[in-house]
Amino acid sequence: MESVGSIIVYAVIALTIIVCSVLAVTTRKILRAATYLLFSLFATAALYFQLDYEFLGAVQIAVYAGGIVVLFVFSILLTSKPGDNTPALASKKRVLGGIGALAMFLVAGYSLVSRTSMLSAVAAGGNPSMTEIGTALMGTGHGQYLLPFEAISVLLLACIIGGVVIARKH
Amino acid sequence: MFCCGVYGFITRRNMIAILISLELMLNSVDINFVVFNRFLFPGEMEGMFFSLFAIGLAAAETALAIAIIINVFRVSENIDVRDVTKMKF
Amino acid sequence: MQPVIPIIILALPLAMFLVLGLFGNKMSHRLAGVLGTAGMGVTMVLAYITAFTYFFSGSGEFYDAETHTRLQSVIFNHDWLAFTDNLVIRLGFLLDPISALMLVVITTISFMVHLYSNGYMRDHHGVWEKGFQRFYAFLSLFSFSMLGLVVATNIFQMYMFWELVGASSYLLIGFYYTKPSAVSASKKAFIVTRFADLGFLLGILVLSFYTGTFNFTDLTSTEVADGVYRISEGTAEGIKNIFATSAAPVFMGGSVLTWALVLIFMGGMGKSAMMPLHIWLPDAMEGPTPVSALIHAATMVVAGVYLVARLFPLYLMETAAMDIIVVVGALTALYAAMVACTQIDIKRVLAFSTISQIAFMMVSLGVARPEFHHGLGYMAGMFHLFTHAMFKALLFLCAGALIHAIGSNDYTAMHGLRKHMPVTHITFLIGCLAIAGIIPFAGFFSKDEILTATLGHSTLWYVWMSAVAGLTAFYMFRLYYLIFWWKEHKVPQGHHAPHDQPWTMTLPLVILAVVSCFAGFVPMGNLVTWNGHEMFDNVSFFTNLGALDWSVASISLLVAIAAIALATVMYKKENPLPSKMKNALPNLWRWCHHRFYWDELYMFITHKIIFGCISKPIAWFDRHIVDGTMDAFATMTQKASYAIRSLQSGNIQMYVWFYLIGALLLGAITAICLM
Repeated sequence: MESVGSIIVYAVIALTIIVCSVLAVTTRKILRAATYLLFSLFATAALYFQLDYEFLGAVQIAVYAGGIVVLFVFSILLTSKPGDNTPALASKKRVLGGIGALAMFLVAGYSLVSRTSMLSAVAAGGNPSMTEIGTALMGTGHGQYLLPFEAISVLLLACIIGGVVIARKH
Repeated sequence: MFCCGVYGFITRRNMIAILISLELMLNSVDINFVVFNRFLFPGEMEGMFFSLFAIGLAAAETALAIAIIINVFRVSENIDVRDVTKMKF
Repeated sequence: MQPVIPIIILALPLAMFLVLGLFGNKMSHRLAGVLGTAGMGVTMVLAYITAFTYFFSGSGEFYDAETHTRLQSVIFNHDWLAFTDNLVIRLGFLLDPISALMLVVITTISFMVHLYSNGYMRDHHGVWEKGFQRFYAFLSLFSFSMLGLVVATNIFQMYMFWELVGASSYLLIGFYYTKPSAVSASKKAFIVTRFADLGFLLGILVLSFYTGTFNFTDLTSTEVADGVYRISEGTAEGIKNIFATSAAPVFMGGSVLTWALVLIFMGGMGKSAMMPLHIWLPDAMEGPTPVSALIHAATMVVAGVYLVARLFPLYLMETAAMDIIVVVGALTALYAAMVACTQIDIKRVLAFSTISQIAFMMVSLGVARPEFHHGLGYMAGMFHLFTHAMFKALLFLCAGALIHAIGSNDYTAMHGLRKHMPVTHITFLIGCLAIAGIIPFAGFFSKDEILTATLGHSTLWYVWMSAVAGLTAFYMFRLYYLIFWWKEHKVPQGHHAPHDQPWTMTLPLVILAVVSCFAGFVPMGNLVTWNGHEMFDNVSFFTNLGALDWSVASISLLVAIAAIALATVMYKKENPLPSKMKNALPNLWRWCHHRFYWDELYMFITHKIIFGCISKPIAWFDRHIVDGTMDAFATMTQKASYAIRSLQSGNIQMYVWFYLIGALLLGAITAICLM
């Protein structure tokens, strides 16, 4: 069992994530939603760091928290005045959304709890080093990710082109 | 986190808000993979790499989605999701 | 015999049909007429050559000198459609006594009709009738079909040509297709004969199923040499064995052979207008008169008689079928004779007379037995076919001349014409004498031999048929007197007096009249008998006279003369006697005049019973239930699709929600299943 400290840290991070997510989807001001999203992402990165996945945590902060949220803020500022409130929601939609979320929670929760014995052995295996990650990304053997790497680079190219095409002025 | 994302997606009217919910959902899935990797398959790295690629994909897809939203905004001056129902019967 | 000439006999009318049919519109009328007539003339000459070769050459192919028997010879037999080894449809040419006789009859009458139509199908001002070339094309088609029918080597070929004859008859009766009565008459003829052909086909199938063959030579004859056959005494051995064993089942009291033969006779009944399938023949007079002469007097209507004659050895095995033929024939003869006494349209009188005479032929075939004078009935029936063709065609062509001169069919416009149209007068008189059976004209010999044969079989039918013969003489002379005597002819205003017709019309009349005078002396007993065996040892011009049974002949002569005398008294000069007789028996007259209401009966059956009780419910069922089911499927699909199309709202969030719920359901089910 881990030490009490890590449990407490975990609890704090989890709480942050949950609170910020809930606030992100229920607030009426968009800019605040983006800010709450930012906090959620930071908390997620903290979770990754706690799990000894440093590289992933760094990427999370750099790409997600840094790039995507900035993008969101830009688009929000482009499409609405920051002080606006979004109109109130129809109750029918809230009910439907609630049902969907609840159903999801139940099914997923049930599957998780009934299948895994989560309280068993703690993190063995350590933090993958940069050399390992590098060779895994460039290798073609079993458990190595050259093909997805190339594929994602093509995908990014397509996205860039697509974005330029969609957003240009006619 | 995922459930919050689902609720937000279905309920919100502003398209950017929907995108934010989408991000929440993707993020939650990434956490899931990483945690499973850590606790169930300690020696392997698949989960981490999956999440890595998923983060990259999420970034690309968000960029494109925002581009589309801005295009819609140019046409109809608001980004209410009820105004893009052209695929109706 | 080389097959060249027979092939040309068949091919030439077919070629004429194709040429005139395809190119007739581009030819002038005169050319079409000449071409058609010339083609038929060549065919006639070739047919004569074939027949004379058959009858008189004495070659071993056709004649067995030891037993004085004429043989059947298959000139060619080409496999046309082979379904299996046994089921092969062949087209061939069979030359035997009756087919040679029919070749002569058909080509002669057809040629006369072709020649006659050159004059008939123009009006008084020389204007050709519209569709003239089409007429000649159809005449050639008919000639081809009829020739193919009589020379058929197997029953299926005969059936094919039978149907072709029916189709040509439909085309010719409905020649004036703008007249509604002609159109319905042609439809009626085709439908009635087609219905009869249903029976014919069933009979063919039953017969060929049990015997395993279609060929006539297999059914009725034994092989003497390659391609040469002799009609066996009481049919071929193999066939006799098949039907003699108890392997042939019995259905409703009749053996399979009886059923087959009766069904085949049903087909013959339709074509030969026996009761109750006679209704089409009087209406078929809507066609042009040359058509009536060719088809409905001489050739097509004798196809039924020919069919029975062709299968005669089979019929001999089953006397029950022959008795049926006798009864049907006798009833029809009397019926037709009675109706003919009261008709006012020339062609209708002649039509009923034809029905009656063909019934004579059928009765003659029905009573024929080999032990009675070598099958006298068979020979007499075919002899009567020959002579009847000649004088009935003559009568019809005379009627055509009269109609052409006067412009209408009923004789109330036609009194007293003997001074105006002498040639027609004399030829018509000769025809009437022939049909009444006065010596020495043709009908006398043939009719008396029929009566002799009938007497040899049963006295009842003899008396019956003699009565019919008397009626025949009566109504024919009634017609004769009413047309040519009765009172002076009144020329209507603005028309010129009627006169004799151009040579193209009178020449055939004269030729046929001459033939009717002398045809009776042809020694048919040496030429056409049921098994080919010659009846007479020494043949001379007076053979037929010597062969008659004079007791029968003198009685029938007396009956005929008495009938003619009665007709003379009643109809030669205008007098009130006919009206008095009519008023004395008004109901009988009415029934005869309306043809005993057979047409009304048929209309009732078809409209009320078949249409009302069978067709209407079936149509209702089809429209409401069958179509209704299909429509219901379509409507349900449409309603369902309207109901669920509101799901396609264009609202992305709803799509996602449904997707999510669906995925969760699947997940839950999986979780439950894997529990």
